[in-house]
Amino acid sequence: MPELLITGGRLIDPGRGFDRPADILLRDGKVAEVAEPGALHRSGVEVLKAKGLIVAPGFIDLHVHLREPGQQHKETIATGTAAAVAGGFASVCAMPNTSPVNDSAEITRWMQAPERGAVVNVFPIAAATVGSLGTELTDFAALQQAGAVAFSDDGKPVLDDGVMREALRAAAKLKMPIVQHAEDARLTEGCSMNHGATSFRLGLRGMPNAAESNIVERDIALARELNAHVHVAHLSTAEALNAVRKAKAKGVRVTAEVTPHHFTLVDDNVGEFDTNYKMNPPLRSVADRKAMIEGLTDGTIDAIATDHAPHAFQEKQVEFDRASFGIVGLETALPIAITILHHHFKLPLWRIVELFSANPAKVFGLQGRGTLAVGSHADVTLFDPRKKWTFDASQSKSKSRNTPFDGWSFAGKAIATIVAGQVVHHE
Amino acid sequence: MKRHVRSLLGTDQLTPAQINSYIKLAREMDPRNASQWLDGYRVVLLFYEASTRTRTSFEFAAKALGAITTLITAASSSIEKGESLIDTGWTLASLGGDAIVMRHPCSGAPYLLSRYSPVPVINAGDGLHQHPSQALLDALTIANHKKEFKGLRVVIVGDVFHSRVARSNAFLLTKMGAEVILCGPPDLVPDVSALIAPGVLACHNLEAALHGADVVMSLRVQKERLAGKEIGVEDYIERYQIDARRMRLAKPDAILLHPGPIIRGMELSSDVADGPQSRILEQVSNGVKMRMAILATALGKVR
Repeated sequence: MPELLITGGRLIDPGRGFDRPADILLRDGKVAEVAEPGALHRSGVEVLKAKGLIVAPGFIDLHVHLREPGQQHKETIATGTAAAVAGGFASVCAMPNTSPVNDSAEITRWMQAPERGAVVNVFPIAAATVGSLGTELTDFAALQQAGAVAFSDDGKPVLDDGVMREALRAAAKLKMPIVQHAEDARLTEGCSMNHGATSFRLGLRGMPNAAESNIVERDIALARELNAHVHVAHLSTAEALNAVRKAKAKGVRVTAEVTPHHFTLVDDNVGEFDTNYKMNPPLRSVADRKAMIEGLTDGTIDAIATDHAPHAFQEKQVEFDRASFGIVGLETALPIAITILHHHFKLPLWRIVELFSANPAKVFGLQGRGTLAVGSHADVTLFDPRKKWTFDASQSKSKSRNTPFDGWSFAGKAIATIVAGQVVHHE
Repeated sequence: MKRHVRSLLGTDQLTPAQINSYIKLAREMDPRNASQWLDGYRVVLLFYEASTRTRTSFEFAAKALGAITTLITAASSSIEKGESLIDTGWTLASLGGDAIVMRHPCSGAPYLLSRYSPVPVINAGDGLHQHPSQALLDALTIANHKKEFKGLRVVIVGDVFHSRVARSNAFLLTKMGAEVILCGPPDLVPDVSALIAPGVLACHNLEAALHGADVVMSLRVQKERLAGKEIGVEDYIERYQIDARRMRLAKPDAILLHPGPIIRGMELSSDVADGPQSRILEQVSNGVKMRMAILATALGKVR
């Protein structure tokens, strides 16, 4: 019986309101016991010392692009998940905009096969429509059976009202969420950044906030009508946040995630056309960024997700208009959250742990995850909320280097990541 | 971000002292009788977008100073075969190019090139963003007729949204102490345009904007860009065309500028284009002098 005892740490399990020093014993891939410090000691058991560390449920990233199948020059499931464990994630949810699009049970299973070399739990999010073309729904039941945890046409929105209604209805029957990349593409054609003074100054076409909030508002109305669950991916505007806040107050089943870059950076950071600041949705205004912090503080936002989007040099180091959207984010998400949200904006650590574990598990209905209750999966993240270090993108485990955070100094770092009782990362 | 120290990318990066030294140097330049400062130098004209006056004036400027030039256009080069901008830059430098003058349809393209190029990059117009050599030659033209920039009221009229000339001028002129008023219909002069630099105003009423102006700068307005906008062509002409009656609202000694090409009867009437206040052809000839100053500076021939 493989066992691992984690001792001397401060255990935070937000779902149970647990936040105090405790030891935890993992056995056979499950949490076996949680007890007072020192109570579980016995000879022969392997011990991981966690003095000065936070012991948290294994982090879950609701939004990553692992690029397999078909785009292995950007990332593979093996390299992407290696970056995930280095950043403290024990589970990642992989978007379907691969090549071909993951719109079948076959591809969904292929992504989870042991041959892919994943070192974390990979939960595929399957395409909501065939080929993500926005017209014909995929076979939700077969995809769920194959292991999909949600449906999305991420990268593109489901624009058609009728198709979105059908998708929400079909997903609700299976108790699954539709994840929406909220962008009214009719308002963003030819746009490469946020609409505002900076885009005007740079001579770039800008995406207005309404392109996001219009779709979020429509989706909320549909979710309410159908009693379905819509999850707003990478929420970025104050208007969309307000819509989610109001809808939640009325009991609508809407959840939302925000990325580290949207609560940290603003459009002006694009500087002199630096494509490492180009992503979709784009970095927004100072007021929008402030709204994201408020949403993280007051509970409107459910989860922090990275939207990890690796791209090769030749796809990013080109003219700004022509550069691919997106940045990598798995290794910097927790450090940014601790540095910005905890140290600067004074968010308590339990809230940060909740945003990375308990809540994402709830949003996608991942049973036995996001908690350290006895009997749950032995996925554990150990992090040091004070460790000072500097991120060097050239040392990243990802295949790609497209990040605006190269050279940033942080206070806070993942120290160990445990997946199904196995230590897959430890420094 | 790194860039070649002598690259000229945008006017927002220039200091008033640098702007003044460009003007001073340009005044000393005589295209018909110039020092052979750039003898043996190779200047690459890399044009991803069509151009007549800018390309020709950079070419004449380089040749007047003794440099040899080569013109590369997107249609007749490896660019068509899919070579990246960075690779094109490295190739041109390896071939022995000493400076790259580039026009490109994408805003910011010369900034990318300059981060990787071992030779200076001169922005000859990037997308909707900037056209610094045009703003500098406009500054030379203004300086030839006005005592100082400080306190000048400059009205820029037309399709500001799509104009790299307007942006470069707004940065340069406000830096020199002038007041800049951007004028046109809200679709072409959105309110955010006033936030481009301190000292810039946005105005939708041409008569109000012109009142007391020292410099009136008309911009080209392409009919196709009014398509789908609230304002139609006839309406535009009615409300925003610079004609003799409207020119009288400006100061009596006001000058009229236009970066060209002008569309007579659209953004300005034929009589003002050829009228006594027009300095449009002087701008064109100043263009060669200013580009001589720009090339000499970029290649380190002046301090």
